[in-house]
Amino acid sequence: MTLALDLASLLLLAVGLAFVAGGTLGLVRLPDLFSRAHATGKCDSVGASAILVALALQGGFSFGDLKLLLLVALVLVTAPTAAHALARSAYRTGLEPWRRAPAAGWRRGAERRDAGAP
Amino acid sequence: MTDVLWGAAIVLLLLAFVCLWRADRGPTLQDRILAVNVVGTKALVVLVLLAVIAGHDYLIDVAIVYGLLNFVLTLAATRLVERGRILSEGPR
Repeated sequence: MTLALDLASLLLLAVGLAFVAGGTLGLVRLPDLFSRAHATGKCDSVGASAILVALALQGGFSFGDLKLLLLVALVLVTAPTAAHALARSAYRTGLEPWRRAPAAGWRRGAERRDAGAP
Repeated sequence: MTDVLWGAAIVLLLLAFVCLWRADRGPTLQDRILAVNVVGTKALVVLVLLAVIAGHDYLIDVAIVYGLLNFVLTLAATRLVERGRILSEGPR
């Protein structure tokens, strides 16, 4: 039984670390605040809670595990909410979402129709 | 098993330093707040890792309080950036 618990916690620990690394990669690489807040809000909350559940599985169940589950609920509530609050405040103070530059010669439909295209 | 947990804690600390790079470079102010929030979440996980490694159960309570404070700090900073004040509902 304890071997299965240890294996499960090892697996969850690896999955949690992968998610946290993914969130960090998103935080560094993504172009603007909205995508970064989106990435970290989700990846960090899942990764952190996976690691915390992995720790809860460690060596049988004790009173500390209930606090760990409380911490998981805390992280799952706070991380996305904070990311949302940040994105909303950025949007309200006039931060425009990043857009990829359109290909050369691409024109909006209206301009193309004015130029006589079918 | 404890050295696996030590490895996870060290990996998390390295990732936290990567987030600090975003905190330094982040063009907008909200980027910096977001990076601090992410570092705080990582610090919380490292704290709980150390709690399990060392076997001190009271550190998990510290982590819970730290998570709450980190959340409130982020919301206060967000509101300060958005409205220039935190508590008083002045003229809009």
